[in-house]
Amino acid sequence: MTIDSVSHAVSTPDVVLPFAALGLKDDEYARIVEILGRRPTLCELAMYSVMWSEHCSYKSSKRHLKQFAERIPVQTKDILLVGMGENAGVVDVGEGFAVTFKAESHNHPSYVEPYQGAATGVGGIVRDILTMGARPVAVMDSLRFGPADAAGTLRVLPGVVAGIGGYGNCLGLPNIGGEIVFDPSYLGNPLVNALAVGVMRTDGIKLATAPGPGNKVVLFGARTGGDGIGGASVLASATFEAEGQRKRPSVQVGDPFAEKVLIECCLEIFAADLVAGIQDLGAAGLSCATSELASAGTGGMRIVLDTVPLRDPTLAPEEILMSESQERMCAVVEPSKIPAFMEICAKWDVTATVIGEVTDGDRLDIYWRDELVVSVPPRTVAHEGPVYDRPLSRPADLDELRADDPVLLPRPHSGAELLSTLLTLVASPNLADKSWVTNQYDRYVMGNTTLAMPDDAGVIRVGDSTNLGLALALDGNGRYTRLDPYFGAQLALCEAYRNVAASGAVPLAITDCLNFGSPEDPEVMWQFTEAIRGIADGCVALGIPVTGGNVSFYNQTGSTPINPTPVIGVLGVISDVRRRRSIAFAADDEQLFLLGATRDEFGGSEWAHVVHGHLGGHPPIVDFDAEIALAGLLHEATDVVSAAHDLSDGGLAQALVESCLRGGRGARITLPPDLEPFVALFSESAARAVVAVPADRVGQLVSLAAARGVPLLALGTTGGETLDIAGQFAVDLAALRTAATGTFAALFG
Amino acid sequence: MTVSVGVVTFPGSLDDRDALRAIAAAGAEPISLWHKDPSLHGVDAVVLPGGFSYGDYLRCGAIARFSPVMDLIIAGARDGLPVLGICNGFQVLCEAHLLPGALTRNVDLHFQCVDQVLAIENTETAWTNGYAHGSRVVIPIKNGEGCFVASASTLDELEAQGRVVARYSGRTPNGSMRDIAGITNERGNVVGLMPHPEHAIDPLTGPSSDGLTFFTSIVKALIAA
Repeated sequence: MTIDSVSHAVSTPDVVLPFAALGLKDDEYARIVEILGRRPTLCELAMYSVMWSEHCSYKSSKRHLKQFAERIPVQTKDILLVGMGENAGVVDVGEGFAVTFKAESHNHPSYVEPYQGAATGVGGIVRDILTMGARPVAVMDSLRFGPADAAGTLRVLPGVVAGIGGYGNCLGLPNIGGEIVFDPSYLGNPLVNALAVGVMRTDGIKLATAPGPGNKVVLFGARTGGDGIGGASVLASATFEAEGQRKRPSVQVGDPFAEKVLIECCLEIFAADLVAGIQDLGAAGLSCATSELASAGTGGMRIVLDTVPLRDPTLAPEEILMSESQERMCAVVEPSKIPAFMEICAKWDVTATVIGEVTDGDRLDIYWRDELVVSVPPRTVAHEGPVYDRPLSRPADLDELRADDPVLLPRPHSGAELLSTLLTLVASPNLADKSWVTNQYDRYVMGNTTLAMPDDAGVIRVGDSTNLGLALALDGNGRYTRLDPYFGAQLALCEAYRNVAASGAVPLAITDCLNFGSPEDPEVMWQFTEAIRGIADGCVALGIPVTGGNVSFYNQTGSTPINPTPVIGVLGVISDVRRRRSIAFAADDEQLFLLGATRDEFGGSEWAHVVHGHLGGHPPIVDFDAEIALAGLLHEATDVVSAAHDLSDGGLAQALVESCLRGGRGARITLPPDLEPFVALFSESAARAVVAVPADRVGQLVSLAAARGVPLLALGTTGGETLDIAGQFAVDLAALRTAATGTFAALFG
Repeated sequence: MTVSVGVVTFPGSLDDRDALRAIAAAGAEPISLWHKDPSLHGVDAVVLPGGFSYGDYLRCGAIARFSPVMDLIIAGARDGLPVLGICNGFQVLCEAHLLPGALTRNVDLHFQCVDQVLAIENTETAWTNGYAHGSRVVIPIKNGEGCFVASASTLDELEAQGRVVARYSGRTPNGSMRDIAGITNERGNVVGLMPHPEHAIDPLTGPSSDGLTFFTSIVKALIAA
């Protein structure tokens, strides 16, 4: 067998490599040849093709994402310890603690193989958090599927849920919230976005860099296998191998036990200060880890690929470089610290191998069977990939879509009609009780969970020694974003911001997971740029920075893209978790108030979707000043308000139902006389929340709201066994509970 | 007098820190034990915590049962050392034959994390002496393989000897035979429990503080002994 070494490549310049099958365009391949001054070897081609893929290089999104880093709100510069570009952003949350958090997509693998796709999505984002030097402390997930009763959904959803649970539960990370949304646009392309959050001391941050010539490169964790290679099969079957095509699975297979052990092992290594730089192995495996470490370090690195521990000894060198086998980490370690490093790995039965060292050169050289198979400037692989300024085009159907205003749809009027609408909505898959799903996730492990789903935000205590807490919410709305990507993205941001505020925390920073169709479709690219602009403007207006995130393109069925779906995760800080707030109406005879202004807003609403299968008009108005005032009030009123629930999908009616069911007690509500009852109950106007207040504190709430200019409307009182809307209808909680909880059990039982 | 209670960390243990926290909250000294430890460091009692020891590979608890520290614990338990196995720890105790029966896949085949009502039926054990007989407590359950199974004669014997420590009340989340949530050995020093009392020691972080009594019970038993 001929090894396609650098010298072989030099001597066989006319060999045609299957670059197109690996996703490289003609001009991209030409650029590789230009960089190297010769044709690439198979191994080099493997590295460039994966590192220059959309997924790794962000080549279509990079020029737009820059806005997030360039427009960091000035007031937050001090808290941002690590910004975009590292594995995850890090923010200072006070008391010497730093927090890192990030969301990432695993959409396509989850469609192909739901359990492993979702499981390794959790595993990957948790390793990103660990790589920063933090102990992972919680996970969340945002999921989107086709219609709940579609065969494709029945195939994918149970596996995705079991995969998230199977992996996260076994890691011992509480799952504290998220969302599950159904819409026909996701039928052939479900979305699986996972978020992880980690905590460290502010002086414990680790970076992906390889400084110091002579330092050792250590690969540790699982052995490298043939999973997650996919495209490399093309290489194996290409020019030099006579043994025929080998099929490799494209989806990685997760081993959460290996990751749990790796986490504990890494944290012990970090505590002993044994690494100079560290990178996890995720997409593009060793290709990514070695080139990124070398690129961010002093520049040179020598790797001996034969030393990589393998699960399958028949792997070709380019397969070893591309393998996305999970539960692996790559560290740069000073030679004097190697024994201590190896001792900790041995304690945890973690395989660790020195596979190379940092050099004082400027090339990443990789050897295989004593032949040089890769010799590249690492920056050209990791950081200097192609950047595209893709053409944009406003969707041709947008004006027609917006003109189709839901104001023309027939509305319920009588009390009986309103009740029927309520019961329909409560039982609809997007609004129904999700405990069939969330009960499959461990929310208690680690013993610091103080609030979790179905509350507005997950709230965890930072540690045993403190009452400092973190709040997290993850939200998106593809229908709003389809109608208006700029405001739709801002509405997702506002909802997550509001959810964090409702829990009693102060919003601090965001991460985003941007799910879109093909960037080569100018209409999708327009949606993308509008959404980015919306988020960037929104973050400046709200005064919270983007710390990092993920872009997922090519989410489409055939040529039909998904509804553009930016999912926003907001991190908040609560100084005393004992004062966190649930959505539950927890006591009788408390006064209920609606905070914020209600307008006739049904564009993209759950009501239009469920009752009329309608998507048209404009999404609700975005008012950042109102959001800031509401969040400020919710924070100030910590000792005044006993329960708070943000209003979003399904409006006031849905919020009341959820708070009643969570607290196990009803409410007597009087709707405002100047609003159509249907609008009062089901409008999805933003910047609103419903709060419960003990009778003796009503005066305080009224004056706080007045000071902030937050509109306040008395709604009624808590208590009883019914939700009673005066003059319209009264419905037993038991009937509401049956409607809310029956849906998932019937669908997925 | 201070009593010390050890918590074993196997590779893949998850609720070990939570058990240590609960022991401290009950007023005992928590001692972390490593699965390869050649000694029990003089602890007065041992908790085998929840989690997925060795990834639950082969069978839940089947590999952990052969950890070096388990030889000491098995010998100690036969001599009266109080041992509480929670969730995965219960599975380990069954695999080690310190308790009869086995824990199998939940009947609905799903992992279940729910706040569960339990009825405490045996208040004589080292771990339950602080409860009133028949008291109803709310303690989280979170497992995928919590369905207790045993032969009819074993079940009859457990019931006849009062060795059912706790039963699920209301809905049984995993299909356990005769709604059994926890059992003890004949001597009453070894208790296996599928629910997680260490996650019910503070209403801030759990559904109740009902679980703390498992840990105050052992402190009381050890001081009395």
